[in-house]
Amino acid sequence: MNRSLYAGRKIRNGIFLSLSVFAALFGLVWLALILGDLCYNGFGSINLKLFTEMTPPPASEGGLANAIFGSVVMSGIAVVAGTPIGLLAGTYLAEYGRHSRLAFIVRFINDILLSAPSIVTGLFIYEVVVVTMGHFSGWAGAAALTVIVIPVVVRTTENMLLLVPNGLREAAAALGAPRSDVIRTVTWRAARAGIVTGVLLAIARISGETAPLLFTSLGNQFWSHDLNAPIASLPYVIFEYAMSADEGWHRLAWAGAFLITATVLTLSIVARILESSKRS
Amino acid sequence: MDAAVQSKAKVDIKNLSFYYGASKALKDISLPLLDRKVTAFIGPSGCGKSTLLRVLNRIYELYPRQRAEGEVILDGENILNSGVDINLLRSRVGMVFQKPTPFPMTIYDNIAFGIKLYERMPRSELDGRIESALQRAALWTEVKDKLKDSGLSLSGGQQQRLCIARTVATKPEIILLDEPCSALDPISTAKIEELIDELSAEYTIVIVTHNMQQASRASDYTAFMYLGELVEYGPTEKIFTAPDNKRTEQYITGRFG
Repeated sequence: MNRSLYAGRKIRNGIFLSLSVFAALFGLVWLALILGDLCYNGFGSINLKLFTEMTPPPASEGGLANAIFGSVVMSGIAVVAGTPIGLLAGTYLAEYGRHSRLAFIVRFINDILLSAPSIVTGLFIYEVVVVTMGHFSGWAGAAALTVIVIPVVVRTTENMLLLVPNGLREAAAALGAPRSDVIRTVTWRAARAGIVTGVLLAIARISGETAPLLFTSLGNQFWSHDLNAPIASLPYVIFEYAMSADEGWHRLAWAGAFLITATVLTLSIVARILESSKRS
Repeated sequence: MDAAVQSKAKVDIKNLSFYYGASKALKDISLPLLDRKVTAFIGPSGCGKSTLLRVLNRIYELYPRQRAEGEVILDGENILNSGVDINLLRSRVGMVFQKPTPFPMTIYDNIAFGIKLYERMPRSELDGRIESALQRAALWTEVKDKLKDSGLSLSGGQQQRLCIARTVATKPEIILLDEPCSALDPISTAKIEELIDELSAEYTIVIVTHNMQQASRASDYTAFMYLGELVEYGPTEKIFTAPDNKRTEQYITGRFG
């Protein structure tokens, strides 16, 4: 054994290890600072009025009820509309198309959509929906969010279905089950936890999106459940209030940011739990 | 050879060749599978025995670029014809795989799945069918109190018997077994061999195996394959005691393969 060779390797290992640890800590410190700051400023502003009162004019008291409602409704529509499309497209890619040319093209386009800046999605919906309708609306906001949900669900559905062993498909087909029965009763079920995880991640993704709402749903200072009119949303309110000089608006912006972060965190944790329960 | 004279062929494989893309995996295979007998396919890895089995229910068609040429006559009809309904064919020719493949659902639903594909019946009758299938697969006493548990909760040997029960429950005419015991311990293996013996009274069975003892114990007829060709076919007793072909003898005595 060459001792100096071994000693050199040990030193290099030490250097590499410390660099990795430093990089990990560096990243974590900023994340902790952001979360800490958010909790410090946001948690104190959480109260019942947040959920019962409307966004106030400057220098007066209020809550975020209309923004919370708008966000929930638009995200809800986006998930309800985007999930079936994403699920079926992902199923096509994994089960039917797989190696076909069409699948290749769809996969490529989906990858582009997945990484497209969301402001571009917002502009697209502005052109297609807002300009056509002649005004900003909740529908336009929901449409923009739907366009963001679809590629996320397509991708996770395809990936999760590809993880299902072919043996399971063969076993179901060997009983005489047509392809659609194999998919609906066996492969979807085998991939269920993963697919649900994908939907949860899509919700997490859209719940903080501001850019696509800027020129679609705009915002609304008052309570509105009319999807044909501009509607308030949490990210939009945060954007608007954080830039203002009003102290009360600042507190509301912090509270909104805290709410969104807590929601996303909860969804991510649930997604993780589902994923790990599937593996065991 | 008396048995061969008495028993008619359920399946007649004639001049069958098989291709994975451009590579030829089966070369001009011809042999009968006799009605209500157990036929074993043996041979070294890669000889084409699993491929041959997978032609019999056309399961290979799940994958692109695989194709078969020749004839496989099942009760007078060539199943390789394009007009054959592939799902109906598979409901007549059941298959059990090397690795146990329980579906991600309850034990009960695992078996009900196959039955419900082609039959409608009242719940009580379905219950009866499921019980009798589990009994035939020697699994009933172990699972009768937990039919609502997931099929994945069973041990490997139990899962494989569940898969056999699932196949039997749909009342096929032929059962294909692709190395059904290779992932199992000796006790589970013995149970499954016993089961094959019982099932052979009613079903035409084909078993692919790497295990010489298993072939000699469990089968009536044996086909020895090598490099995509059928080297020798005959009654198991003859193949294992007085094979005509030198390669068959060498393989059986463990001198190659």
